[in-house]
Amino acid sequence: MKITKDIIESHGLKLDEYSKIKQLLDREPNYLELGIFSAMWNEHCSYKSSKVHLKKLPIKNKNVIQGPGENAGVIDIGDDDAIIFKIESHNHPSFIEPYQGAATGVGGILRDVFTMGARPIALLNSIHFGDPNNKKTKNLLNGVVSGIGGYGNCIGIPTVAGETKFHETYNENILVNAMAVGLANKKKIFYSKAKGINKAVVYVGSKTGRDGIHGASMASAEFDENSEDKKPTVQVGDPFTEKLLMEACLELMKKESIISIQDMGAAGLTSSSVEMAHKGNLGIELNLDKIPCREENMSPYEMMLSESQERMLIILEDGKENEARAIFKKWDLDFVVIGKTTDTKNLSLKFQKKIVATIPIDALSSKAPLYDRKWSKKKLSKKKTNIKELKKIKFDEAFFKILSSPNHSNKKWVTEQYDQMVMGDTIERSGANAAIIKIHNKEKAIAVTVDSSANYCKSHPLSGGKQIVSESWRNLISVGAKPIAITNCLNFGNPENPEVMGEFAENIIGVKEACEFLDYPVVSGNVSFYNGTNNNNIFPTPVIGGVGLIKNLKKIQNNRFKKIDSKVLIIGKTFGHLGQSVLINEMYNMNDGIPPEVNLLNEKNNGEMVLKLINGGIVNSVHDISTGGIILALAEMSLSSQIGVKILKPKKLSNMFEYFFGEDQSRYIVEVDKNNYFKIEKLLKDNNIYFENIGVTQKDYFELDKDLKTSVKELYEINNKWYNKFNGLIS
Amino acid sequence: MNSTVIVFPGSNCDRDVATALTKLQFKNKMVWHKDNNLPKSDLIVIPGGFSYGDYLRSGAIAAKSNILKEVIRAANSGCLILGICNGFQILIETGLLQGALLRNRNLKFISKDVYLKVINNDNKFCKNYKKNNIINLNIAHNEGNYFTQKDHLKELEDNALIPFKYCDKEGSINDNNNPNGSINNIAGILNNKKNILGMMPHPERMIDSLISNTDGIGLFNSILN
Repeated sequence: MKITKDIIESHGLKLDEYSKIKQLLDREPNYLELGIFSAMWNEHCSYKSSKVHLKKLPIKNKNVIQGPGENAGVIDIGDDDAIIFKIESHNHPSFIEPYQGAATGVGGILRDVFTMGARPIALLNSIHFGDPNNKKTKNLLNGVVSGIGGYGNCIGIPTVAGETKFHETYNENILVNAMAVGLANKKKIFYSKAKGINKAVVYVGSKTGRDGIHGASMASAEFDENSEDKKPTVQVGDPFTEKLLMEACLELMKKESIISIQDMGAAGLTSSSVEMAHKGNLGIELNLDKIPCREENMSPYEMMLSESQERMLIILEDGKENEARAIFKKWDLDFVVIGKTTDTKNLSLKFQKKIVATIPIDALSSKAPLYDRKWSKKKLSKKKTNIKELKKIKFDEAFFKILSSPNHSNKKWVTEQYDQMVMGDTIERSGANAAIIKIHNKEKAIAVTVDSSANYCKSHPLSGGKQIVSESWRNLISVGAKPIAITNCLNFGNPENPEVMGEFAENIIGVKEACEFLDYPVVSGNVSFYNGTNNNNIFPTPVIGGVGLIKNLKKIQNNRFKKIDSKVLIIGKTFGHLGQSVLINEMYNMNDGIPPEVNLLNEKNNGEMVLKLINGGIVNSVHDISTGGIILALAEMSLSSQIGVKILKPKKLSNMFEYFFGEDQSRYIVEVDKNNYFKIEKLLKDNNIYFENIGVTQKDYFELDKDLKTSVKELYEINNKWYNKFNGLIS
Repeated sequence: MNSTVIVFPGSNCDRDVATALTKLQFKNKMVWHKDNNLPKSDLIVIPGGFSYGDYLRSGAIAAKSNILKEVIRAANSGCLILGICNGFQILIETGLLQGALLRNRNLKFISKDVYLKVINNDNKFCKNYKKNNIINLNIAHNEGNYFTQKDHLKELEDNALIPFKYCDKEGSINDNNNPNGSINNIAGILNNKKNILGMMPHPERMIDSLISNTDGIGLFNSILN
């Protein structure tokens, strides 16, 4: 077939990229080879626009065993235990086909984790939808939530935490990010680097079908009005097969037979084989007649580009074939030797006794295009948000409106569709500061959380970057965990637009500064560009997945008030910053303010102090203060415990709205027994930690002077109605 | 006491049940679905999960597996059989228990802690609970909406074959606290000989106060005594 301009463009390649292909091959590629280049050179697989910026991120500390570049990041949590984790986006497929898109997002990230030798122990997700009034939103929400549940519930990994948000910026491009966390023995971690020549390359798992062809290329372009037509590029998931594949792989991993292993994710067989050969500085030869196919007459092009799910590629030690085959047979999975490693440093494909493609591995990997795209700096808005100049509103009305708004309503409708308890180790489930998962049969646990703040990142990407890392850190601290490392999913618009590229570049700097200061490195992640439709780019939405360690199970904490008549303190200073706050957004529909600044030194000091208080066992409950400020945080503590609180107005109060709805960073609420109060007061003063008394817990009523009084029961009803109403259910 | 947990491809609560049994001093063995022999057992547990992907219908394929023939034989000779969640669905599909488990009334997967009232404790699975005890267990299922015909329902009610019903915190049983639409709020049933219990809630998830609570221990301890 003659390669024309149309064919090149339909593969998502630019003409100058095509010239580079010809130059690297020293000839014209054939159609199959062109397909392979397009699969490896697209944004999703090559990170061609992001690499120069990602290099700036800190990726090491004393706990990091493996940073970015492998299937997932690995950290040391003591003894022989390692935690392997990563977050990944499945935004584009989920918009086209919400159930399968979301389900395969979960499946894909799970494979990344068990490929490295870990048994997955927790799933998390961050999902962003458009305005609830947008006609697509309800269907997308229902499909995505069922898809996430459908996959995780079936495979039997608890979905323990997440966030569900709504904003019109996602009307035509939702975000579905899934994170998986696994537990491995640190002496038995598996990597994708091939070693040795003439080693058997084995295909295991599901058969290859025609689904998901060009999935990765689809995810590397914006949507337009014809996006519906892209449905066939969405993969179809089968969590049952994945469960079998996971068990079979973990069983084989107990033996000494695997040299390297790689899941077939984006760009399927192509990227997995190239990745393994590239890391091992080898060549790889595949005989495509051997590929187990689900459909008849599949062409080499279709086989190489299929993104059928639940497949793996393994390079085996000599003489281990029978042992390995028996395990896969036990689990009723395909096990076929499809090729071997070579010293040619080429990807070489045979089909029907002919060589159908020969491409140097480095042309597909290290020599792939790399762009330092133009980017423009975002100026900090000069707009001051001054509540005193705005229309007067009633305090309680604002509070109730926010508490019953889509973004702040109780998310039980979502989380009750996820099995949170399977595996029997979930100590703290969704709805908490962070979820806590016990390490099976051991006296320690990990805490996990996902966070994003798109409106902060939109108004000032650099501050936003610092803020999300800090918020993640704060969430882990609040449950008594020592934060260890993060994974990030960077959801942005079109990188060819300098403004978007600027958002990306500056956001990375913000993330970097916070990660460095807090010793909270990035060990894995994923970049998702081209989130937008017809030149409308989404708000920059980096999502941070954080993991922390709890060494002593007796020293954990949650955000539920424990008793009546305890003192309630705010740790950290309240300035009353309302720019980009929920109050201003919800009540005034304004979004041009500046986001709160993060003082990393205060963040660190306050956080370390809170951790000390938790470890000392002298606080009854802890909650971080985030969107909605002090008042929302207190409400959440009451809602989760059914215990009320009598809130005091500070003596010097310039404005109630600023004080109670302000979103200043680095703050926590702690509940303290009256007997412990003086001890804590002294500790805080001795360490120069700013704190204020904010009230006393009481029975049944949530009360703030004359401005607000409601029973906790009523509060609960207000907080619980939105999802049911939206989905047409009677509560 | 010897227990056996049956493992199907797609079972996912097998480890959890085994952990609970071992913690409570059962001598437990795992048995793979392709096996033809059961070890000597006083209790056989069919755990939760999605056996064979729950394709066709929940539990339908597992009910036809090799090992189930042995389970049926053991059941008929009086061995205690406990089916939890997917295990309950499988027991229904084999005919060891009667009725049907339909999709949840709201057509969604439901995972939450629910209150259960111990309606009948005069059986080997519940004797450590007191009648009318209210316990809190976790459910996690798509098809837990129990249904049966009038005659059978009467038989269940009259012969004390319903150990647990969904209720609220105070123990009242009505439609508002029925999570999945089960007839008469039924959460689990026994066969006539009371040696087979099928239930949707997961007692194995409630054996540790750090994780959840210890309300599930009563069930395992009843069997032990």
